[in-house]
Amino acid sequence: MEKPKIGVDTKRLEAWDKVTGTAKYNADFITPDTLHAVMLASPYAHAKIKKIDIKKALKSEGVLAVITGEDAPYLTGSMIHDRPPIARDRVRYFGEPVAVVVANTEEQGMKGVSLIDVKYEELPAVNKIKDAIKENPILIHKDLSRYTYAATDIYPKANTNIMDHVKIRKGNMKLGWSESDVVVESTFFLPQSDHIAMETRNSAAQIMHDGTVIINTSTQGPFAVKEELSDIFKIPEGKIIVKTPLVGGAFGGKATIQLEYIAYLASLAVGGKKVLVRNTREEDIMSSPGKLGVEGYVKIGATYDGMIKALECIYYVDCGAYADTAPRMAKSIASDCSGPYNIENIYCDSYSVYTNHGYTTSFRGFGHTASTFCIERILDKLAKKLSMDPSELRIKNAIKENDTSPTQDKITLSNTGDLNACINKLKKLINWEEGTLIENEDGMIKAKGMACLWKTSNSPTDATSGAIITTNSDGSLNLNFGATEIGPGMKTTMAMLLAEKLKMGVEKIHVFMDVNTQVSPMHWKTVASMTTFMVGNAVLKAADDLIKQLKQVGAIALKCQPEDLDVGNEMIYMKTDPSKFVFFKDVVHGYKYENGNAVWGEIIAKGNFIMRQLTPLDKETGKGKSGMSWTVGAQAVEIEYDPRMHTYRLIKAATVMDVGKTINPKTSKGLVMGGMNMGFGLATREEFIHDDDCILQTTSLRTYKVMRFGEQPEYIVDFVETPQMGAPFGARGLAEHGILGIPAAFANAMSLATKEEFDTLPIFPETIYKKKKEVEQ
Amino acid sequence: MLKILDSTVITLNVNGEDRKVVAKPSDILLYTLRNELGLTGAKPGCENGDCGACTVLIDDIPIKSCLMLTVEAIGKRILTVEGLKNAPIQKSFVENWGFQCGYCTSGFLMVCHSLSKMHPDADDVTIQDWLQSNICRCTGYQEIEYAIKSILNGGSSDIEGSTF
Amino acid sequence: MIPFEFEYYKPDTVEEAVNLYDSLSNKNKKVIYYGGGTEFISMARRYNMYADAVIDIKAIPECNEFDFDGDDLYIGSAVSLSQIADINKFPLLSLVVKRIADHTIQDKITLGGNIIGTIIYKESILPLLIANSDVVLENKTGKRRVSLNKVFNKKLLLDEGEMLVQVIVKKEYVNFPYQHVKRTKNEKIDYPLLSVSALKDNDTINVAFSGLCEYPFRAKKIEKILNEDSLAKKDKIDEIIKNIPGEILHDVGGTKEYRKFMLGAIISEILDSFQEEE
Repeated sequence: MEKPKIGVDTKRLEAWDKVTGTAKYNADFITPDTLHAVMLASPYAHAKIKKIDIKKALKSEGVLAVITGEDAPYLTGSMIHDRPPIARDRVRYFGEPVAVVVANTEEQGMKGVSLIDVKYEELPAVNKIKDAIKENPILIHKDLSRYTYAATDIYPKANTNIMDHVKIRKGNMKLGWSESDVVVESTFFLPQSDHIAMETRNSAAQIMHDGTVIINTSTQGPFAVKEELSDIFKIPEGKIIVKTPLVGGAFGGKATIQLEYIAYLASLAVGGKKVLVRNTREEDIMSSPGKLGVEGYVKIGATYDGMIKALECIYYVDCGAYADTAPRMAKSIASDCSGPYNIENIYCDSYSVYTNHGYTTSFRGFGHTASTFCIERILDKLAKKLSMDPSELRIKNAIKENDTSPTQDKITLSNTGDLNACINKLKKLINWEEGTLIENEDGMIKAKGMACLWKTSNSPTDATSGAIITTNSDGSLNLNFGATEIGPGMKTTMAMLLAEKLKMGVEKIHVFMDVNTQVSPMHWKTVASMTTFMVGNAVLKAADDLIKQLKQVGAIALKCQPEDLDVGNEMIYMKTDPSKFVFFKDVVHGYKYENGNAVWGEIIAKGNFIMRQLTPLDKETGKGKSGMSWTVGAQAVEIEYDPRMHTYRLIKAATVMDVGKTINPKTSKGLVMGGMNMGFGLATREEFIHDDDCILQTTSLRTYKVMRFGEQPEYIVDFVETPQMGAPFGARGLAEHGILGIPAAFANAMSLATKEEFDTLPIFPETIYKKKKEVEQ
Repeated sequence: MLKILDSTVITLNVNGEDRKVVAKPSDILLYTLRNELGLTGAKPGCENGDCGACTVLIDDIPIKSCLMLTVEAIGKRILTVEGLKNAPIQKSFVENWGFQCGYCTSGFLMVCHSLSKMHPDADDVTIQDWLQSNICRCTGYQEIEYAIKSILNGGSSDIEGSTF
Repeated sequence: MIPFEFEYYKPDTVEEAVNLYDSLSNKNKKVIYYGGGTEFISMARRYNMYADAVIDIKAIPECNEFDFDGDDLYIGSAVSLSQIADINKFPLLSLVVKRIADHTIQDKITLGGNIIGTIIYKESILPLLIANSDVVLENKTGKRRVSLNKVFNKKLLLDEGEMLVQVIVKKEYVNFPYQHVKRTKNEKIDYPLLSVSALKDNDTINVAFSGLCEYPFRAKKIEKILNEDSLAKKDKIDEIIKNIPGEILHDVGGTKEYRKFMLGAIISEILDSFQEEE
């Protein structure tokens, strides 16, 4: 019999393409007929556009068209239609596209851009959350209440900068506080930052004679591109084809739609010719959306023996100049605001706030990195106040069966997993018992910090996926689905699921590596760590359909009933006598009798999936269901602190996560490690810095720093497997989660080592120096 | 004296072959490789020398092709990822899960390949010096560390079975 | 990509290069000598630098020289930072250049480019300043060998059309005890928060700084304090901080206060290290 596929390390299907340079990404398809669109970015964070003079640019060699906001009277946005694809009348953030030059070559486009003359009238900018929410603030969107909304459950406040407010009201706060013997409160801050996928965002558009629009784009959501282009530009959806090859990293940054609009408008301006718009790194950082910033106020109460009784939190999410999906992240912060702990009395307000910073979109963790930082830092402070081991406090309050989530969703072992098993395993891996604070003779201080995590998907309630299997006359299978390959190896995972189900070799499953919305079945978006769950379920359903058809045609070939048969090793065989069989290859394109007559035809199988039982949150109480399950985990970080120089070194970091079932172990560990590494980026260096005029200072990789080789600690990743019912082989989402607790665990370790409290990210040596200095004075 | 004033046909030695291309003095090698020769293995990641995704070897030495004029490469041997023929580092990256999205991979491979040729006994400090020139945003770098160490002398042979 | 066009010349001699500079300039062309080109390309693509013609000096033999001749070490301005580090004729310089940008870029950046470029740190000049090096400069009107300390004030003071051909370091300096400390905001690949090179010329410590002010410098006054035997280490540090010859940098890399703290820590580290070596 074929060996099992699930739980066995399987190299990604496209691995050799990626080490030979033959793997193609969107901007690698360079054709001589491709024109180039180059953007002019706003030099101000907030200004009126008084006049744009494009005459000189139009005369420049190779320039075919120049478009401005006047040519594009559209408003876009997945939640609120508040963003013009090219700024109109005013600019609201530094780097906002103001004009687009279409030229024969990119250089000519750049030259053209330099010849555009824009007259601005600078306006005061909202540079801080506190200025955005104060009385009579500078309004960034005067028309907020007149915009149209793509979502129904969003509640903007007219004449403010607050675009949404999510409330959680669970239990009885008065009771909670009265039962609390100790109360701890703190304010936290996490700055805006960037995705820095190595492939910058890029899109091409072409409009055919019959009006068909072909978009080639680097995206996590080709189907969303199709829908939103159709919606904004009133193009029938069937006339839009979106094609996405391999994607060079995404981390949420390619789940939104931005350059696609510009490419389309640029193509339209030159009679439908193919136009490519490709971000420079600087544009990718300053013009395209980044990660949200968060200010959090958290107050927690517990009994002397460490049972948490009440939680109050207020979050202000710096969404930047436009809404995009940011309000959904503010919602997800609220809906998981307790962390993976049972808290019966919760009061939470989560506000989505406009500022004149760059706008923001989904980012790995979907807001949970912020809520995890706040809750896990406050738990360490609580543990300190209670003189309790931080791990014990977490174990005591860990969420478990029959508890409820902040949105009053019922917790089961299946839908959440076993946090305490994760914590206990983690403590062994990181040698927690040896002590969390060790001062060496040479004066160096070693410290360990811990954080737990949980996250649910926060998808639309009707998110759906499909899968199609076709067949080859050698008996191998073709698998086609709508998730793009952005790095986590989802194409391979799906091949493994199908191979396992069919009991055949993975190498006989040929996966369509690209997505083409014309031929691929839909997948909502390749986001939220939901591909294995959603597409996986669709693939398993398609596999069932395939097996059913194989048995039906096999029954004809073997002159028996379908129920007498089973499949495996590319054969359909009698359960009672496997020596009686027919090969797949002899039936998948129809079965031919000895006399030449034939029946059945090509076997084509299909499967689909849609999210179940999800509901929006109640406006007043936050009651509702944001996802079908959670993934829980525990993380620890060990650092070495040099008290003389206030520098530190990352020594070790461990993660134990309840993933339900590991499908492809090395791939899963790689994803978790990658998340952890990004978490260290947020913890130690990544931030958007704005000057007093709200101008972004960190616009290139010279000033925006990410982790480099050799700076990472030793990574240890392990899993707990509590299966999730209804998930493919019990597997939970895991791709984002590695990032979630690292900043908190790091800050907990740093706070312990330095005897200072670090509630703001990132933590630089200078940050520590300043704290120490403050204390001295 | 070499003098190039405008678009000219020049000869570049790429992956062992002499190739004629049209280039002007302001052309960047990265784009000549990609747009003129279709060698898209070298990637633009920052076009500013910061990320290393465009790294190629010039006379065996790693160079960020986004910071080199095409005309500077005249008379030199250019090796791109497409020119690696079953180099040990390619297999090692596959076997050690050294990449996810794959976009930075070509650049890392070229640095590693050159390192393994020039310093087959490289110690940890040298490995770090060389590989810090490149950014990977997907992995935790640990996999890449295993990949390079497994092809250097004294490389750990049990890495294949490692449980990272 | 570079959004403008220029002419490219790769002369074989210094004479060709300087004559070319002269004749092209006379045609009102903006001309630059081109070494590794890393700064030119990265700035040109952001519209921060322009040229009508570039003169690539990498084919000029003198600019590629890197060897001793008698008591002098000649380092051509087109020698790459990697070559300096690998061939390692001047260990302090090797150490310093190995911390500039990253290893791959060190293959492209040239010594001349690092010294003359517009980026303010120019760290490779630190060892050259404290080793009392000479530089060979040449333009159409002639060639001069001058003390680097005389022609470097915040930047290399070049006459019109003058190119840096070589740097000359006396052999004795190459072998003096040395220290180099570079600290960044947090990660290794970064511009310096502070970079300090020191060299012990018999009993006297020569020291130069980058990242402290908007330009690298070596200051007599600071060296005097540093070498004042009557002062305790702590007092030396306090005095040095009081006598910095310019405005201390205060930017996203670090505040002025933090740079002062780091300066004290680094000087202390350097003094201790020299002490230990004795």
